[in-house]
Amino acid sequence: MAKEFDIPKLPTYLEIPEINEGVMEGEGPFKSAKEFQSPLGFPGEKVDNWQEVAINKMGELKSKYRSVQVFLDACVKCGACTDKCHYFLGSSDPKNMPVARQDLFRSVYRRHFTFAGKYFPKLVGAKELDDEMLDDWYNYFHQCSQCRRCSVFCPYGIDTAEISMAAREVLDSVGVGQKYCNQILGKAITIGNNLGLPEPALRDTLLDLEEEIEEETGVAVKYPLDVKGAEILLITPSADFFAEPHIDGLIGYGKVFHQDGVSWTMSSYASEGANFGMFIGSYDIMRKAALRIRKAALDLEVSRVMVGECGHAWRVAYSFWNTLTGVGAGATDEFGQKLQNQLDSRYPQPQHIIEYTHDLIQQGKLNFDKSANDDRTVTFHDSCNVARATNMGGIPNGQFILPREVIKAVCNNYVDMERSTIMESTFCCGGGGGLLTDDLMEIRIKGAMPRMQALKEVEKSDAVDTLVAICAICKSQFSKVLPKFDFDPYMIASAHQLVSEAIIMDKPQTDDAPAEEVEEASETSVETETAE
Amino acid sequence: MADILGAEVDEEGFLVDLKDWTKEIAVEMAKGDDIELSEEHWDVINFLRDYFEEYQIAPAVRVLTKAIGKQFGKEKGNSKYLYSLFPYGPGKQGCRFAGLPKPTGCI
Repeated sequence: MAKEFDIPKLPTYLEIPEINEGVMEGEGPFKSAKEFQSPLGFPGEKVDNWQEVAINKMGELKSKYRSVQVFLDACVKCGACTDKCHYFLGSSDPKNMPVARQDLFRSVYRRHFTFAGKYFPKLVGAKELDDEMLDDWYNYFHQCSQCRRCSVFCPYGIDTAEISMAAREVLDSVGVGQKYCNQILGKAITIGNNLGLPEPALRDTLLDLEEEIEEETGVAVKYPLDVKGAEILLITPSADFFAEPHIDGLIGYGKVFHQDGVSWTMSSYASEGANFGMFIGSYDIMRKAALRIRKAALDLEVSRVMVGECGHAWRVAYSFWNTLTGVGAGATDEFGQKLQNQLDSRYPQPQHIIEYTHDLIQQGKLNFDKSANDDRTVTFHDSCNVARATNMGGIPNGQFILPREVIKAVCNNYVDMERSTIMESTFCCGGGGGLLTDDLMEIRIKGAMPRMQALKEVEKSDAVDTLVAICAICKSQFSKVLPKFDFDPYMIASAHQLVSEAIIMDKPQTDDAPAEEVEEASETSVETETAE
Repeated sequence: MADILGAEVDEEGFLVDLKDWTKEIAVEMAKGDDIELSEEHWDVINFLRDYFEEYQIAPAVRVLTKAIGKQFGKEKGNSKYLYSLFPYGPGKQGCRFAGLPKPTGCI
């Protein structure tokens, strides 16, 4: 059973905690059994010659990813990062200081890959990779959400996330994998989504949703699945089909598409935006998951690929899809180039749903009754991967500007949290990077403290009662941890949920009441239908 | 590995072999969580099992709340009601009692 622990108090100002050595020591999250390891090509259990395998893997990674070697070599121990990690601030375990976390990996790197470490290990803090060290890796690299906040403050730009990904990759290579991530990846690369939601269940869930929206609004908003020749393929986290408030966001996307009059579809083959391959540091598995999206886009002959509200999905899409799949520029293989030619270059490829809605708002294509959200005072949580690894709208800081502009277009009461806790300095929700599992609840709650502290302050000063996020993990994490800090768990909302509340839908012309004068905006838009 | 009434369960308390499920196991699992299964609990558990049989996965929260609301009255068709029955979540705790696999993902 889970051990007892204190839920951190929320101070008026964030302070650097007194160090408590070893307070987060432990066995780490549940380990992945053979049945979840094998489908990914990892050993089913810790291999006999694990040290040799691990060191070889480290050598391979340092040559393959030059960034990793630079990060391992460049640290001068200045200490700028020490108080920047939400897990350190919330747990006070010194091994959760970013530099100390990196040093778990760096000390072994020094022992085996640097001259000084090979001959004078004690002088340079070089250490052997023994059982104890490997256990520490497993435990503390699963207390890092790869949110990259520390890297913003590092004068050398050292990215702990990359080191944490490398460490997890080494761990997987010796057969010590994490159950949560690897079980999910198995489903993603065989069934097509993290939930393991098969096509009939997905179809049924979407039909249910259509029925519900029509009942509620009188408008037949559709959630098309596997429609060949649609213009847009929407890739969204499968949590949007399953959980709350995620599904309220999905309702919002559908309403926006409906009002635009654009043809769109989702794919039952590629029904997942999230890509946990990134969390475990495996390029090959990340690619495997992403290639399902390429296949779906080619098969469905779409001309645009769009991403729903999911933080690391947008990072993978924005930063890696171009070379992984051909969505974007730079693909070198045949199918990637085929897809590049198929996609409409007048639109960003891929495009974020926030960019799309924002664009429609700017064109005046969407009308809102902002008073529908008057019962709320809203603040926005910048999700780490969106904030620190992507952009939106092609303008500097667009990833901070666009979501806020969309929210402000649909609600009257908006307040930002303290500046040092948002935008590029945003605090992670506490559940990212493959940590969103019940067996890591202690670190999730402790790591949420800095975000909760900033939220508490705007609750006090401005009566904020709604926390909006554009990431499936953030939404789930918050609905779990909010009540631990005396907040209403239902205060977490999807951005497109607020859009959905405020959007004025065109009623069908056959209504009893005379239809409002509605301009057929979609006909004047830039899109062109290519007739088959 | 641990077991409940002879049926093997994983580290999170979910049945390893779903075929092992019996009503007694559900009662025993609930007891472990200090819950006494009422008729309302069984309504949900039975729905979960029926849905799983058809679709091989647990229903989405929305699907579950809507179905429960339709069958047992509108006041019960919301997640607050379901959480009052299953404090650790209808998805996770409900599925465990019903002998379904644990839902995974960003949920």
